[in-house]
Amino acid sequence: MSDLSGLRRGQSYYEATARSRISGLLDSNSFQELLGPADRLTSPHLEPLGQPCSFNDGIIIGSGKLHGLSVLIASQEGGFMGGAVGEVHGAKLTGLLERAVNEKPAAVLLLLESGGVRLHEANAGLIAISEVIRALLSTRAAGIPVVGLIGGANGCFGGMGIVARCCDTLIINEEGRLGLSGPDVIETTMGVEEFDSNDRALVWRTVGGKHRYLLGEVQHLVEDDIEAFRATAINIIDEVQSPCLEPLERSSELQKLTLESLQQEHLDLSRRLENYGHCQDGTEIWSEMCIDDPEKLPLMDIPRFFKAVENNI
Amino acid sequence: MEHLEFEFKGSGNRQVDRQATLVGVVSSGNLEVMLENVDLHGLCRINVSTSAQGFTEIWQAVLNDFAARYDLADLQISINDGGATPAVVCLRLDQAMEEYLEALT
Amino acid sequence: MKIDTLLNELFPGEHSVINTDNILTGFGMTSKGEIAVMGTTDHLAIGVDTALILADFVLEVIKDRPGQPILMLVDTQGQRLSLKDELLGINGYLAHLVKCLELARQQGHQLITLVYSEAVSGGFLAFGMMADEIHTLPQGKVRVMNLPAMSRITKLPLEQLQELSSTSAIFAPGIENFIKLGGVQTVWRQPLAEQLVKVIGVETSADQRRQNGLLRQGRKLACSVAKRVNAG
Repeated sequence: MSDLSGLRRGQSYYEATARSRISGLLDSNSFQELLGPADRLTSPHLEPLGQPCSFNDGIIIGSGKLHGLSVLIASQEGGFMGGAVGEVHGAKLTGLLERAVNEKPAAVLLLLESGGVRLHEANAGLIAISEVIRALLSTRAAGIPVVGLIGGANGCFGGMGIVARCCDTLIINEEGRLGLSGPDVIETTMGVEEFDSNDRALVWRTVGGKHRYLLGEVQHLVEDDIEAFRATAINIIDEVQSPCLEPLERSSELQKLTLESLQQEHLDLSRRLENYGHCQDGTEIWSEMCIDDPEKLPLMDIPRFFKAVENNI
Repeated sequence: MEHLEFEFKGSGNRQVDRQATLVGVVSSGNLEVMLENVDLHGLCRINVSTSAQGFTEIWQAVLNDFAARYDLADLQISINDGGATPAVVCLRLDQAMEEYLEALT
Repeated sequence: MKIDTLLNELFPGEHSVINTDNILTGFGMTSKGEIAVMGTTDHLAIGVDTALILADFVLEVIKDRPGQPILMLVDTQGQRLSLKDELLGINGYLAHLVKCLELARQQGHQLITLVYSEAVSGGFLAFGMMADEIHTLPQGKVRVMNLPAMSRITKLPLEQLQELSSTSAIFAPGIENFIKLGGVQTVWRQPLAEQLVKVIGVETSADQRRQNGLLRQGRKLACSVAKRVNAG
């Protein structure tokens, strides 16, 4: 393992805490936290259930600079209750998205790592996620791009999986997972025949970063390196900021919701269901995409993976 | 949940002008430690919220050792603990101090 | 309440709502004019195909009937739990439905939800919860998860959850709890056609749920926390 880490140039996104992801992504020392730990905005709903609280309630929010441009940023801490969303956690995120409408940053970066609703405060968490969705789409309607980053150990699931797909664009690493119902939830409810959550390879073929990239569910697949996430985010935002580009010349990933853009998405999703709806496994879908040796994709490093699929996406 | 409070008299005068310092994550077997400058008339106060009940004496021993090592005054230390072992608690406290004192050097 | 009965009570004049494999689409006539109707029945689990059919209807309404209010009739046990749905990226399909509804709102379509049976978690989140007006029948059942399952997953004793749910609205199933938290506005009683007409055309702008949660003392922090972030 130490050999591997020696090869890596930067810092693993997967292993980093929510706070160190922020400091690695933004220009150094530019982060200004909003409602930080000293404000002690903890969840009041955990103590009665004998659960320890956290001074950040599992999410760090604030402002900073990315390549000199002002951004707002939120980072979910997967280590605390799996990054699950409760009343305070959700309200911090909603507040940040609403602040963006007033402050007009170059972008909002959402570092998503969450199992979805926090069951200890389930009703408040579900409503909070719905509020996040509405706030996020209002932020986009105000012309501010929202970029989602996924790549932590807890993945991005439940209602936050829907939130992720409401962003303009997503960046994921190979280790990142994105879905709705976690494999363990499906196994517990529907049985191990439906989904064996201990089959790690199956889990990654179903909800992992490479598959999500091939499907078009995420737009950017990067190495597990905070620097790679940073470079990709900078590219996305620079493009938005560029005064030379007319709105129509911008990459299609950053556009307001319009009837045309949603009709196009509708067509894409309909085709996906039509083409791959019968498939039982990621490898079957990749095979339908005419990728050679689809069973080898999970083993490839990122450069080899891109080479193997470059003609198919 | 159990809430414990400890106070130590310190002579230390190593006040660092900075915002709250926070290290660690609250999870099973882990904890977060926050340090804040507060005028406590020369005391260092440590508040612990822990999900593991009945370990007051162990906390006392670990924190005695910590306080003796650093000799702190006018410092509020707040801990949210998910049942960490004494070794992990020591490690996080040291990390917190390292980060806190970074601004001094 | 059976869906046919419900539709007849909501639209005593006439309606053209059809039920295709437990997905409802069509139009109903009220004293304030025609409105679009979409929804689910028989506790349908929302899968990728369901989301597409509902989204298709929303896009058609936006295109062909500018500004027409949309009524969502909710009866869902939640999202469909299956490997196939996850493989296709069901969260993206539900997000698509959500975005279509948001576009409808932005283009002046009032969104009204009536929970007439079950409204559970991801299925509810994907359409009913997007509305400006969220109401329920007295027999509506809103929840994230029942207490035994919650107990299993959180490893908290069921007795403790049951005991706490008598004093806290925060996690236990039930429309009273969701009303207290601001997630549901009111309970509709007979005659339903009158209740519907009363909310059609009501001006709504921003998401009011946090304010209602605070007023009803069910969610005391959400409103102030979001405000502090915005102002801070």
